[in-house]
Amino acid sequence: MIEGILIGLSTALSLTNILMVMVGCFAGTIIGMLPGLGPMTAIALMIPITYGFDPSTGLILMAGVYYGAVFGGSTSSILLNAPGIPGTVATAFDGYPMAQQGKAGKALAIAAYSSFAGGTISAIFLLVAAPSLSKVSLAFRSPDYFALMILGLTAISAFSSKGQFLKAMMMVVLGLMLATVGQDSLSDITRFTFNNMNLTDGISFVLIVMATFAMSEALTIIFRGKDPNRAAKQISLTELGSIKVNKEETIKMAKTIPRSSILGFLIGVLPGAGATIASFLAYGMERNYVNEEEKQKFGKGSVHGLSAPETANNAACSGSFVPLLTLGIPGSGTTAVMLGALLGFGIQPGPRLYQTNPEIFWSVIMSMYIGMVVLLILNLPLIPYIARILAVPRNYLIPLILFFSVTGIYLMSFNNFDIFLMIGIAVVATFLRLYDFPMPPLILAFVLGGLMEETLRRSLLISDGSPNFLWDRPITLIILLITITIVGWQIFSTFRKKN
Amino acid sequence: MRISPTKFISLLFFVLSVFYLYTAYNIQVFAFDENAPFNARTFPIYLGWAGIILSSLKIILPEKITTEVNHKHLDYKSIIYLIIISLIYAAVILKIGYFISTSLFLFSSYYFLGERRWGLMFILSFPFVAAFMYLLHGLLNIYLRDPFLKYIGVMG
Repeated sequence: MIEGILIGLSTALSLTNILMVMVGCFAGTIIGMLPGLGPMTAIALMIPITYGFDPSTGLILMAGVYYGAVFGGSTSSILLNAPGIPGTVATAFDGYPMAQQGKAGKALAIAAYSSFAGGTISAIFLLVAAPSLSKVSLAFRSPDYFALMILGLTAISAFSSKGQFLKAMMMVVLGLMLATVGQDSLSDITRFTFNNMNLTDGISFVLIVMATFAMSEALTIIFRGKDPNRAAKQISLTELGSIKVNKEETIKMAKTIPRSSILGFLIGVLPGAGATIASFLAYGMERNYVNEEEKQKFGKGSVHGLSAPETANNAACSGSFVPLLTLGIPGSGTTAVMLGALLGFGIQPGPRLYQTNPEIFWSVIMSMYIGMVVLLILNLPLIPYIARILAVPRNYLIPLILFFSVTGIYLMSFNNFDIFLMIGIAVVATFLRLYDFPMPPLILAFVLGGLMEETLRRSLLISDGSPNFLWDRPITLIILLITITIVGWQIFSTFRKKN
Repeated sequence: MRISPTKFISLLFFVLSVFYLYTAYNIQVFAFDENAPFNARTFPIYLGWAGIILSSLKIILPEKITTEVNHKHLDYKSIIYLIIISLIYAAVILKIGYFISTSLFLFSSYYFLGERRWGLMFILSFPFVAAFMYLLHGLLNIYLRDPFLKYIGVMG
């Protein structure tokens, strides 16, 4: 492990890679602050830029963008009560009231320190746990992987859809359907191409991400432009106040950070859970831990209430890299985008990644920590200036998002069929989002589709077409029982709400 | 009888799933693969059935959380303009090249979204795209196909 850490450090600390982390953190912070653009979009926008890089550099840039975007989302949550991403919704509960009390700078500083501490603690966990988890994961066989993917898709549907489980599951099926377009991986038989040569290689992952996130987000902002509830609130940049945190506040943060980090990391490791669930649970848990007097401050600008979700949020980001790097299964929509990027670099994440490509495995882990440090150093003094990006008029912002989306696709194929297809999917996605059909399950399903079919194929061939593979192995059975519990809980909570 | 938009979307998804399942059953597989435990049809057939079951459940079960959208607050005009501009952009990008088509796309999008500061609109279209192209093509060595710039000798 020590050797691996040194390999990782030497790769991550090269001048180019440090520069990439810095650029990534800065770009991520700016993109994360923009309305509706979260880490997934930020990473997707970086994909075309990383085409010319070597895999380690590309992934380091993306890791920096990831953390930057999460922090950027918190900034717009605190300043405008407008969370850019679901993971920073809980940050707004106490961050925004604090900003309203003239302590915007302090709130941003608490968020930055908590993010840093949460990220640091979880990076240590990742360092220690990832190799052992990857050893455990070597025991996984095709049926276990298949069951794990079912669990991941069920979990993301359960957690990302705010009580609309069926809608999310429909999006999962749609994502899997889109993944089957093109040649079958084993027999090379073309499926669902309708004799269109452009579809023979299947639909590109970047196209789907750009269409369902960046482009449809831009169209949604325009579409809902007349909605008075979504009109941007104006903020005076001079009211940011001091970014100094006093002793009492530091003590409060010191109590909150360790427990929120552990919770965040563990939730981040679970496929499908991610930063949103982690931040909400940490907020709820913290409320139960504090005394009655502090409890009354929750929702009115509590330091505990702001620090807990911010810590858990960043800890979950590191946690979500565990299933990605060790099992090859993304734990969230964002890591699903990163999985696509890894596959684009010709790297198959999984148990053997740290044996076959140790420099990538360790440099990504080490760069996460470096990313944390860079994020803190860059963002604290820049907070008042970065906030100005919120003032970019949407008349400029929207065309620029569309421009980035189209460029991403054009660079890949030099083919206008793909651009037409992207516009079509973006329009459909815009309407689906309007009626609360979540997009992260679709993306995760699209990414996992090929792998899922392959593991199902192997499992069925080994068991000679019998469904026994679902309960023959204890690991498969346990994973499927967890899946059934999640589905059962969804059904139970639906009936409970009804009664 | 009024059908809610969510149920209508679910109905469309049901139709899509039926069509997908029909197409899945018609996938041509090799003769020796016809009776194999798993062939190119198997997974799509499962998906088709899953889509039909899920959309049927959504249509049949009562809605507990309804998504209300006020259509008066939706800006149809701007979004239609933007989609048309994007489609034109997609149609001409191969013919007139990346630089001109992208710059014109950005300029016209700013205009249709209500922007009238001509100087800023120009800077954020033509010079901006040129700088972006230089970043990709000149600095990062990423090939950007542009027949027009090639014709006038700017690009190699």
